[in-house]
Amino acid sequence: MRRMSAKFLVCVLAVAIGCNKEQQGGGNVGSADTAVIKIGEVGSMTGTEATFGTSSHNGIQLATDEVNAAGGIKGKQLQVIALDDQGKPEEAATAATRLISSERVAALLGEVASTRSLFMAPKAQAAKTPMVSPSSTNEKVTAVGDYIFRACFIDPFQGYVMAKFATDTLKLKTAAILRDVRNDYSVGLAKVFNDNFTKMGGQIVDNQSYQSGDVDFKAQLTNIKAAKPQALYVPGYYTDVGLIARQAREVGLTVPMLGGDGWDSEKLYEIGGPALEGSYFSNHYSVDDPSPRIQEFVARFKKAYGGQVPDSLAAQAYDAAGMLYDAMKRAKDLTGPSIREALAQTKDYKGVTGDITMDDKRNATKPAVVLKVAKGGKYEFSGRIQAEGAKEANPAEAPREPKKTEGNTAPNPAPGMTPTPTQAPAPGATTSAQAAANTGQHQGVPAGEHPKK
Amino acid sequence: MIDLLQHLVHGVSLGAIYALIALGYTMVYGVLQLINFAHGDVFMLGAMMGWYASSRWTQEAQHPTWFGAIAVTLVSMAICGTTGFLIERFGYRPLRNSPKLNSLITAIGFSFLLEYGGQFLFGPNPRAFAALPVSPSDQFRVMGVSISYIELLCVGVSVGLMVLLNRIIFHSRIGTAMRAVSWNPSVAALMGVNVDKVISFTFVLGSVLAAVAGILFASAYRKVEPLMGLMPGLKAFVSAVLGGIGNVQGAMLGGLMLGLAEQLVSSYVSSQWRDAIAFAILILILLVKPSGLLGKGAAEKV
Repeated sequence: MRRMSAKFLVCVLAVAIGCNKEQQGGGNVGSADTAVIKIGEVGSMTGTEATFGTSSHNGIQLATDEVNAAGGIKGKQLQVIALDDQGKPEEAATAATRLISSERVAALLGEVASTRSLFMAPKAQAAKTPMVSPSSTNEKVTAVGDYIFRACFIDPFQGYVMAKFATDTLKLKTAAILRDVRNDYSVGLAKVFNDNFTKMGGQIVDNQSYQSGDVDFKAQLTNIKAAKPQALYVPGYYTDVGLIARQAREVGLTVPMLGGDGWDSEKLYEIGGPALEGSYFSNHYSVDDPSPRIQEFVARFKKAYGGQVPDSLAAQAYDAAGMLYDAMKRAKDLTGPSIREALAQTKDYKGVTGDITMDDKRNATKPAVVLKVAKGGKYEFSGRIQAEGAKEANPAEAPREPKKTEGNTAPNPAPGMTPTPTQAPAPGATTSAQAAANTGQHQGVPAGEHPKK
Repeated sequence: MIDLLQHLVHGVSLGAIYALIALGYTMVYGVLQLINFAHGDVFMLGAMMGWYASSRWTQEAQHPTWFGAIAVTLVSMAICGTTGFLIERFGYRPLRNSPKLNSLITAIGFSFLLEYGGQFLFGPNPRAFAALPVSPSDQFRVMGVSISYIELLCVGVSVGLMVLLNRIIFHSRIGTAMRAVSWNPSVAALMGVNVDKVISFTFVLGSVLAAVAGILFASAYRKVEPLMGLMPGLKAFVSAVLGGIGNVQGAMLGGLMLGLAEQLVSSYVSSQWRDAIAFAILILILLVKPSGLLGKGAAEKV
């Protein structure tokens, strides 16, 4: 069955490539293997974190189309093969294997969630295929091996950013933590927030946990309320956070909530509603950021996707793809080791989410922003926090003009080009069963499905 | 102390919903000796149809009214009742004389059909649910304990429906027939009871209760998704076994106890033990008193 659906996928993709090529005025459908460079993408196109996957895909597709329109890389066009993992770690690993062994992709882009990237990374490392995660912020991801990169900052930084924001800007003295114990990301952020907030003179008055997929958080929230914190740090994902926000207000806990980039989805406000107003979360970028580099990107994205505003996952995926393509241009050839070498040397890549430099652990060093959830679910830009030790730079003054010709540049669109809209997720994958995301998995260790009957 | 009372309030409201779902399990078991595993998903269907009726088909969710909420609930009850009838008519009735295991497997099949059929039609993304004119944050305080109107409504509606159910079972002709079928289907048939009709009625009744539970649950937790029936369904099953499967009062007691146990465990031990405790209770009761707390013998069944 799997083989059949894989074949079907290849057929569909072949047709899709054909269409693409015709649109771009050239290319031969038959000789697709030699004329294109395949880039694999793994994302959660369906499931409780579906917007993560689809947003990322739009970002990657935009970056790819822009590079293609500008002539591709080393004379070849790029082709993104996107597979859906339905938000399940095991599926992410399977998809990575499939992309590496049967599609023979030059590099992998994905996953958004750290837990799923941790399942993909060993496959990429073993096959010496460079993998760039757009937004997995857990430290362990790039520690898997020297072929694993990321285009975002890491958990300690987000925990640090929120601790600093809470201490310096909000002037808070006490806070409570509610973390998702089934999620590496949440546990990581909670730990670093805890350490830094304490170090900066604050006090953590209660430390509670939940499991993603829970719907009743009143017990924990009632306990937290009794501890009287000035803020509640909930570094979870948007569906749970929305419910938590509502129930927090129900049990009478009215302090602001603080969180991380896992909040970033339009679904957050749909589920949480006004209960979220006045809360803050750290993120990779803000559409309201006045810098021209960001505003130009937003305009291009809107044009390509019918007015849709790029969320931070789209921006990061765009940067991850752009950074990878930039490295591929600089690489001496398109083998795994050469691309890896070029990626590792990335320095001051002008991404939309900031200047990206790879550190020796293959993590991106770049600033973070803090957003406030305002009335009606709008996100207000509330500040930018630099990496620890880095000099404070005013984004408005920093040189933000995208350079058009040099190597280290975000891909620029050719005039009048239209990127292809969101590609449908793999046909074989979407129809199969999808359990609640993160079901039955503890801190990156697979433990099977929920007890089903 | 106030915290404890607060936890008890949350526990009772959660337990009332479990009890409402558990009634469906226990009634079907009473008349057919069949665990209808699709029941948790009929509960999901209730919530989902409520979402369709209030958000997709009408603008009800934007300006909820009590009249609208009742209409939405009735639509959802009608759809779930029909589904319950169809599942029994085309799934279980043809298998009634084959081994029990066949029906059980069919039940699991229906459960998956509803879950993934729901995922196909509804999509896997959770959606916000708002059909009631009160929000979970509307509440009042008694002795420092805050009680939301939705919690009160959950308990009130559940108790009301249970009283009604009790009257149907013990003080009506169809209820007498149900008890007769539960006691011995062949003898009941010989006495002129239309067994097929009684069994259909039982399924419809259980499914209608599940629909109400679905609406209440979705209103209290504001989220509808195709797999939401899984855990509450299993917990309700545990409640039914805890109280004594086949026993209506037992289902109510079991639901309440489980709701309280979960709430107290997650407040005073750790939320990570919440689900574990539910299933530990199941194992314990099966080992110590397999007939459940209130289960005595065949005569007490529905």
